[in-house]
Amino acid sequence: MIEILNISNLSVTPKNAPNRLLVSNISFKLSAGKTTCIVGESGSGKSLTALSVMGLLSRQLQAQGSINFQGQELTKLDKKALQRIRGAKIGMIFQEPMTSLNPVLTVGYQIGESLTAHLGLKNAALKTKIAALLTQVGIPSERADSYPDELSGGQRQRVMIAMAIACEPLLLIADEPTTALDVTVQAQILKLLDELKTRMNMAMLFITHDFGVVADIADDVIVMFRGEIVETGSRNQVLNNPQHPYTKALLACVPDIEGKKELKPIDYAWLKTGLKEDKAAA
Amino acid sequence: MSQQNHIILAANHLVKTYTQTTGRFGLSSNKINALDDVSISLKAGTTLAVVGESGSGKSTLARCLLQLHPFDSGEVIFEGCNLANLDKNALRSKRQHLQMVFQDPFASLNPRMKVGEIVGEGLQIHGLGSAAEQKEQVLQMLKRVGLSADDAQKYPHQFSGGQRQRIGIARALVLKPKVVVCDEPVSALDVSVQAQILLLLKELQQEMRLSYVFISHDLRVVRHIADDIVVMNAGKIVEQGSIEAVYNAPQQPYTQQLLSAIPGRKAA
Repeated sequence: MIEILNISNLSVTPKNAPNRLLVSNISFKLSAGKTTCIVGESGSGKSLTALSVMGLLSRQLQAQGSINFQGQELTKLDKKALQRIRGAKIGMIFQEPMTSLNPVLTVGYQIGESLTAHLGLKNAALKTKIAALLTQVGIPSERADSYPDELSGGQRQRVMIAMAIACEPLLLIADEPTTALDVTVQAQILKLLDELKTRMNMAMLFITHDFGVVADIADDVIVMFRGEIVETGSRNQVLNNPQHPYTKALLACVPDIEGKKELKPIDYAWLKTGLKEDKAAA
Repeated sequence: MSQQNHIILAANHLVKTYTQTTGRFGLSSNKINALDDVSISLKAGTTLAVVGESGSGKSTLARCLLQLHPFDSGEVIFEGCNLANLDKNALRSKRQHLQMVFQDPFASLNPRMKVGEIVGEGLQIHGLGSAAEQKEQVLQMLKRVGLSADDAQKYPHQFSGGQRQRIGIARALVLKPKVVVCDEPVSALDVSVQAQILLLLKELQQEMRLSYVFISHDLRVVRHIADDIVVMNAGKIVEQGSIEAVYNAPQQPYTQQLLSAIPGRKAA
């Protein structure tokens, strides 16, 4: 298996409060052709992890530790060097397709920007590539001349995906890419991402809070709670045979499709002491 | 159980159209059928789920049921009384028994009011009890939904999303309503918080004999909480029936498509 990204001992803290660990000493690896899902509740640090990889943390925050991408230490790179990687070798998709596109530029132009910046494509070659990308994500190539407001939510997310894969990245980071979409559209987008991952042999880091989505798309799963990784494993391992009390508790909150399951809210007080005992034992 | 069967709230042949401007400068327009001949009935003490994708008309239906939106034709019958025929005052007194819990617990609470005032406002408007009695009822309701008496003195921004939704529920239920329309009450919440709120809604339904209209796009949540279901698409009702029947044997292609798109279907 080809290793694409290796994160070790990554921590994220506010600059003015270096003792407050928002992401606490986490380590994991991503390999080519595999989808790794990070799941957790709001505030668990899953989005901060993704943003650290892309070097997009807000100015008030700082990342420590090592983020090794293809032998390059991303935390040590300057802005320029990081820009050469971002958008070219690492693609990104965000949650809100409505707000991530520029409303006054055609979608074709917006897809083309990174192709020109990173690959130097121009004129006819650029047009052909844009058309090919749109077709690849399931949008008729004539839509290159459309503006974002003329597209549906699902189509806009497809445009975002076209932009993210334009330069054939080795790593695709998707932060809640289907959360704002209807279920039927979500199912289509998940299928598309899965196909692209396989065809292009990308590593995909997929952030979500939805265990249903995890079950559909993940090869491996990372569960985060209050900035820490509490459990990692293959999809089947984590979903069907969770080891950590928090993972078990979180799964017990997910309603099943048969409607037979008794929902059990998480008892955080118990969990706190439980986690401490765990650590003491280890 | 005979009481369970009477229809407490019904909508008959509701029609509502919006005019939408189109084209780059909004010069042309077309009509959108937000509700196209929609009829539903809610049995007392049960939960009726209304599901559909964005733009299906489910939230418009919720608002029309409470007369928060005018509609073109049709009627809404609450306990045998056509709400559209009532004047403002009569409608207000009916609304005591017909409450709503909103989707966004961040946008639906007035940030300048203390929680005690938000929850007690309905009691004041409806003139229920003396000031001391109202205060007592507010405190009891806050405790019942899992908040404390001290919380009455705080402002909404001091609470998390789940706690705010508890405030929204307390606000609706302090009036001892008979029907509560819940518009996506858990869709903005984390799954662990979602489970707490769903359990709370179920317990309160039992205790207070509430009937719910539960608007949702989440078919897992609906399966868990509802007795009956209405599936909407493009302003029309596509299919309706008991939750068991519709989930086990959906008749319409659209319902089948919707159910098969539930994430994690295969793994479950």
